[in-house]
This record gives sequence, structure tokens and C-alpha cells, in this order.
Amino acid sequence: MSTLSLPQSSYIRDNSRTFTDWLKSWLLTVDHKRIAILYLLSINFFFLLGGLAATLVRVELITPQGDLMSSDVYNRAFTLHGVIMVFFFLIPSIPAVLGNFLVPLMLGARDLAFPRLNLLSWYLYMIGGLFALIAAVFGGVDTGWTFYTPFSSTYSNSNVVMTITGAFIMGFSSILTGLNFIVTIHKMRAPGLTWFRLPLFIWANYATSIIQILATPVLGIALLLVVVERLWGVGIYDPALGGDPLLFQHLFWFYSHPAVYIMILPAMGVISELISTFSRKRIFGYEFIAFSSIAIAILGFLVWGHHMFVSSQSVYAGLVFSFITMLVAIPSAIKVFNWTATLYKGSISYRTPMLYALGFIGLFVIGGLTGIFLGVTAVDLHVTDTYFVVAHFHYVMVGGTIMAYLGGIHFWWPKMTGRMYNETWGSIAALIIFVGFNMTFFPQFILGYLGMPRRYHVYPPEFQILHVMSTAGASILAIGFIVPLIYLGISLRKGAIAGDNPWGATGLEWKTSSPPPTFNFDKTPIVTEEAYAYPPEAAERDAAAWRPGSPL
Amino acid sequence: MRDFPLFPDQASTFATQVDQLYFFLVALSLIFAGVLPFVILYLIVRYHRSQKVDRSNPVDSNLKLELTWTLIPLGLVMVVFFWGAFLYVQMRTPPTRTLDVYVIGKQWMWHVQHPNGKRENNELHVPVGQPVKLIMTSQDVIHSFYVPAFRVKQDVLPGRYTIMWFEATKPGEYHLFCAEYCGTEHSLMIGRVVALPLADYERWLATPGPVVLPDGTIDTGQPVVAPTIGDPMAAAGARLFTSLGCLGCHAMAGGGVGPSLQGLYGATEKMADGSTVVADENYLRESILNPNAKVVAGYAAVMPSYQGQITEDQLNQLIAYIKSLADTGN
Repeated sequence: MSTLSLPQSSYIRDNSRTFTDWLKSWLLTVDHKRIAILYLLSINFFFLLGGLAATLVRVELITPQGDLMSSDVYNRAFTLHGVIMVFFFLIPSIPAVLGNFLVPLMLGARDLAFPRLNLLSWYLYMIGGLFALIAAVFGGVDTGWTFYTPFSSTYSNSNVVMTITGAFIMGFSSILTGLNFIVTIHKMRAPGLTWFRLPLFIWANYATSIIQILATPVLGIALLLVVVERLWGVGIYDPALGGDPLLFQHLFWFYSHPAVYIMILPAMGVISELISTFSRKRIFGYEFIAFSSIAIAILGFLVWGHHMFVSSQSVYAGLVFSFITMLVAIPSAIKVFNWTATLYKGSISYRTPMLYALGFIGLFVIGGLTGIFLGVTAVDLHVTDTYFVVAHFHYVMVGGTIMAYLGGIHFWWPKMTGRMYNETWGSIAALIIFVGFNMTFFPQFILGYLGMPRRYHVYPPEFQILHVMSTAGASILAIGFIVPLIYLGISLRKGAIAGDNPWGATGLEWKTSSPPPTFNFDKTPIVTEEAYAYPPEAAERDAAAWRPGSPL
Repeated sequence: MRDFPLFPDQASTFATQVDQLYFFLVALSLIFAGVLPFVILYLIVRYHRSQKVDRSNPVDSNLKLELTWTLIPLGLVMVVFFWGAFLYVQMRTPPTRTLDVYVIGKQWMWHVQHPNGKRENNELHVPVGQPVKLIMTSQDVIHSFYVPAFRVKQDVLPGRYTIMWFEATKPGEYHLFCAEYCGTEHSLMIGRVVALPLADYERWLATPGPVVLPDGTIDTGQPVVAPTIGDPMAAAGARLFTSLGCLGCHAMAGGGVGPSLQGLYGATEKMADGSTVVADENYLRESILNPNAKVVAGYAAVMPSYQGQITEDQLNQLIAYIKSLADTGN
């Protein structure tokens, strides 16, 4: 199965003679795999930047006094952290990196439907990022990533317009990616690849793309109107000008709640792939997992008001939003139970991607359950806008999306680069991240129920011990994020040659060489079976072949 | 443990109720988050590839199982939804007899005025065992009035009133936080809520003290009231009512250019367009600042707007005065 050298021709290799040619071949590429690599590099850059801002915040919070930085600097630090992580890391992370790389491969297509549009979306992402960076360098922005009005539109003395422009432009990148995926999934599936033979990663990205296309324009409009009010004093949100401050919150959360599902749905898609592969079994309840993605996407549009239970929204609206929020819990629970059931009678291996997948389930369960606390109106009154919310959404976004992102990167690393990473270091890093993450964010649930509000630079001294625990956890977490950068970097030169299908996985992406040739497949594959078509005795055979010394 | 609490004080009638629901949710979570990881752990150890166990006839779908783990969670979330919903409605519906306190939020302080005219900054004194209603507005951005020990929180918005109520059960001093991010000194927009036994509260109400007014000027703390006579907030409102010339149209006996305000507060009014409106604080506020938005049936839309001519503070006094007319009207 495995070969001793990388394939002669692949999407990474090219015939450029000069550095300029080489640079052009990357920056003007329309190959979805190269664009995925461009995204991988730029998104990880933004992740490190957002992590740096988080470090500032966590270090400041070691003491109750505001002693390391001024309030203004602190407010800019947590805003930078939020804006970068949400708009420039979490939202594009899995779709733009793994989705871009894998959607055509999994469909047996040679590229996305609109390759040039794909390149444009990367440029839009970079231009948006540039605006956000310029805003940060020249004084920063202090509104929080939520840009609540009338603070953002009238009162804030910081680079609101510049930052909003960045998020606005990034939104178009997101819309174009979604559009590209939808058309590709509809029109470019290989012969025989019917909807119910699609990998669940494709279903998840399909559901995500729908949200990206329908919700992102609303965010664009909401943010544009903030700029209009700020620059020209047109009364839209500020009551002093005749506007309505709640209007912004409605528009903002109409996007930003579904945006949470833009972050978590592709992650769930990744987890379905990992669990099935490392159990050597067909995934349990394929249809239920597939349709629960669609159900989450649809219900996700109807729950934005649960961010506004204390905003002065009407009591009855609150009750309706709370009710629908409860319903969203169900498809999420269905997925978790089906993943668990997949393990039964499987042949399970503890490879790094599987460790991330198991970690994902643990953290997502806690994130999801605390989401129910917040969806219950009476409890929400107490815990909204406290560290309880902060802990909850970090469990879902960091514990969910980042675990899946890292799991996916490790799983498809041999496909993307042709080489294996170091398995020992991989497992160690996964464990460090899991432990560090829980140490960072679990104390924040307790802080939140005690009543510690979020976005506080200075806080009452009785909260200090829990904050110190959280910061200690964050340092462990930071180490966990740095270690993979090192061993993945080393693997690019020193890693063992992976071969086409190092995991023995099903799926079209494993049927081509690693790294794949520019046009993915020598001839269009013809699909005759469903995804995860492991024969019934696959697990038995895998376990029978295990000898002491084989990988765990 | 004083310096390392793990659970907040319970100091209002809501606190125990919210906590009961919270503990129910924690228990439910433990059933899932406490058991599921062990199931997963068991499965990944038992079915690890190194284990020689029976793997014949693997299953990959089971409708009964799917329905079980769809319907049981659905039932459970419905239980917590309805439990939370009934409590929420109760927490959002003040009783008819309450002690009304007016709160103004501004960057970065809380200003409170009691019905007898007593004012305070970043503090709120309340009696134990009496429902207290806060009528709140903001002079600038959105703030949020949060008392963790009472388990209550309500955003405070510019341009409208929001209402919050609670009943303190335990004398003591509790944190007051601004919970909605409001700019540079958001984390310093804090204070304390002091719950006092009724007698102490009444003594405190009658004690003058210096205070910063919402417009930034300092009130030196002249003796504000003799607690037995009248209602200075309403009295100040009555003076404004005359000096702004309201009385010229809104004659108390009726028959003026505008409707009489006698007995207006809390009544249901019929509008010119046929709709009806309950005359609450937000309606009164709108009718002063934007009179043509809702015009009472039988009257012409001729009242000028007072937007920009009166402060939030004066508006509170006017509304306290109009509300006092309801009492005499009954």
C-alpha cells in the first residue's frame, strides 16, 4: 500500500523556474487544494494572533485590580480576540481549509464548480483581515465583537468603521464559499454518488453553506447601517437620533446565532468521518446524522432571540425563542448518541485524530448541556452576560470546532502533504489540549453562576482564585496549541511517506495519490457503494490483525 | 470560605426558585455528562483493536433506539422549558403594589431616586420583604442592572423604560454590577444593593446626604423630606407640570385641548386610529417626547414634543407625578 517516495506529480509540485513564477503559481492558483493551503496558512496566522490577544486578557485577569494594562487596552484586547477568532478563524476554519480541500475530492470532481470565485473568496478574506489588522494596529476597537449599538454607532472612540469594514468584506468571502459548495455538491458528484452515498462531511458542509448564504447578508446589512449611523448620523439604532437600539441586536443575532452553526456543523461532519474510520465500521444512523445537520441549520434561524431575554424583548417573544432553542438540543443529542453507538462492536484505535474526536464528544456534551441552561429563560436571566456564557460558548467553539479542526488536520494531513506526522507527539498534544481546555473553562462556569460579569477588567477579589485557575489552564492550552505547529512542521521534511490510504479509510479522497495530482483523479471515479462501506467483518479482521507493537 | 465562594448568596424570593431549577438542570446534566463519558470509555476500551471480543453482526441502524434517544431528551427539555417559562413570566410580571424606584444608568454610574426624593449613586437601598419595582432608563448606551444575589438582571436602554422587580429576603449588602458592556469603565460601573429591615430602611430614607445628580452637578444634601408628608418626586413633577405649561391644555377637570391626566396611569386608552393602549411608563414617556406617535381618540395632534427640553431625571419626576394622579383618581 505505502510507497517509498512521494508521487512524481502532485498539486504541490510545479515546474516554476524562478521564485516569482513559484509565487504566482500559488497566489494566482485556481486549484482548490492550493487555495485550501493558502487558507490553512492565513487562518492559522489569525488564530495565533487571536490567541495572543486572549493571552493578554487572561494574564490581566490574574489579579482583581487592573494593573497590567489600562481599561481601554483591556477592552481592545478582548474585542480583538473576539473579532479575530469569530470572523477570521472559527467561521472560515473548517469549511475554507478542510472543505476546500476535501469537497471536490470526496465528490470525485476535479475542482469546485467556480474555481476563480474560490480564489476571489480567499482574497476577500485576506482584504477583510487586512482591514481588521490595520484597525487593530492604529488604535484598535473597543466595542466587543458584538458591536452593540448605540455604543458602537455613537459613543465608542475607536476604529469601529475600519473593523466593521473588515468583517463586512470577510462576509462576502463566506458567502462565495457557501455558494461554491452548494453548486458543486448539487452538480459535480461523480457518477453513482447519490445523496445518500455522500460522506457526512459533505452533508454538514452543505447545511453550513445554506446558512452562510442566507444569514451572512443580514450581518452585512446590520454592520453597514452601524457605519451609516456613525459617519452620517442617520438615526437607525441610536434613540437620540430616532433609532432603535434593539433593532441592531435582532439583526446581529439573526446572523450570529446561525453563525454558531457555521462553526459547529462542519466540525460535526469531521467527527462523523473520524469516528467511522477509527472504529472500522459504517457510521451508526447515517440518515439521522445527515438530517440532524439540516434540522440544526433550519432551527438555527429561529432562535436568535435567546440572546436577548434580558434585552427588553417582550416576554412572549422570549418564551417562543426559548421553546425553539430547546428543540435545537435534540438533533445535537441525536448526533452524539449515534457517534457513541458507532463505537459498539467496532475495532477502535487511539490514533491522534480519534483522540480529538473523543475529546470533541466530551466537550461538546458539556457545551451543549450548558446551552440548555442558557436557553431556559428563568436561569438565563441570572447567567447571561456572565462567565457562564463565556464558558459555554468556549466549550462549543474551542472544545467543539477547534478539536474537530485539529482532528481533521491530523486525519487528512497525510493526504494534504503526503507525509505522516509523529503519532506520539500527536497524542501528547491532544491530551495537553484536552486537559488545558477543561482547566481554563470549567472554573468559568462556577464564576458565572457566582455572578462575575463578562468583559470586566477589574473584578471583586473573591473571584480571584477561580480566575487564577483559569489562567493556569490557559497556559497549558497554549502549549498544547504550539506543540502541533512544531511536529507538523517537522513532518513536512522528515515525516514517513504516507501512501494513498494510511488509515485504510473509505471515501473517494483516499483513492487518489497523496498528495493528489492537480486534477485529483486520473479518470472520473464511478461510485457503486455508500460512504463508510466497511464490510461487516471489517472490524473483526482489523482486530484479528492486531499484534503487540502495532499502533494502538 | 469567605474569600473563595463557590455558590452565590440567596437573598431574594427568586433566588431559591431559580436555584432549584438550576440544580434540576445540573442533575439532568450529570445523567448525561456523567454517564455518557463512562459508556464511551467502556466502549473504546472493550472494543479496542487489541481486544479479542465478539464483533460479529455489527449494527449500523436501529429505529427504536433512534426514537428512544430522540423522545426522552425531547420530553426532558420540555419539562425544563415549562418550568423555566412559568418562573420567567413571574419574574417579569411585577405585582400591583410595589415600591417604585427610578434608576438612571449613564457611563459609568448608577443614579437612583426614591419616591420621596431621596437620591443615591451606585447604591440601592431596599426594604426586606417588600416587592420593589425598578423603572430604569439610560442616558447614553445600553447598560444592564444585575444583582447576582437576587438572580435578576435587566438591560437598561436609552430612550425607553425597562422594568425589573424583586423582593429581598435577607438583610445584607450585595453586589450590583453593570452586565452589558458599556465602554471604558464598564467594570467600574458597580455598586452595592443594601437590603434593610423596614424600620432601618425608613430611617435611611429620611437621612439626607450629598449626591451626584445625573447631569453631573452635586446635590449638597439638604434635608430632602419629612417622610410623613407627601411625595417629593411627584411634587417636583407637579412643579414641572406647571412650569412647562402642561396644565394649560391638560386641565385636571377635563375639557382642555388635551385629555385630562387624572386616573390615566394603568388605564386602557382608546386611540384615534381605533387601537387601544395601556398607559404604562413607556406610553407616558413616548407621549411626552413624541406626542404624535399615539393620539388619544377625540383630540387633535397638536402637542409639541418635549424631546431635548427635559432631562431623564425630570422625565422621571413628571411620570411619578402623573402616576400619583392615578391614586387620587381611584
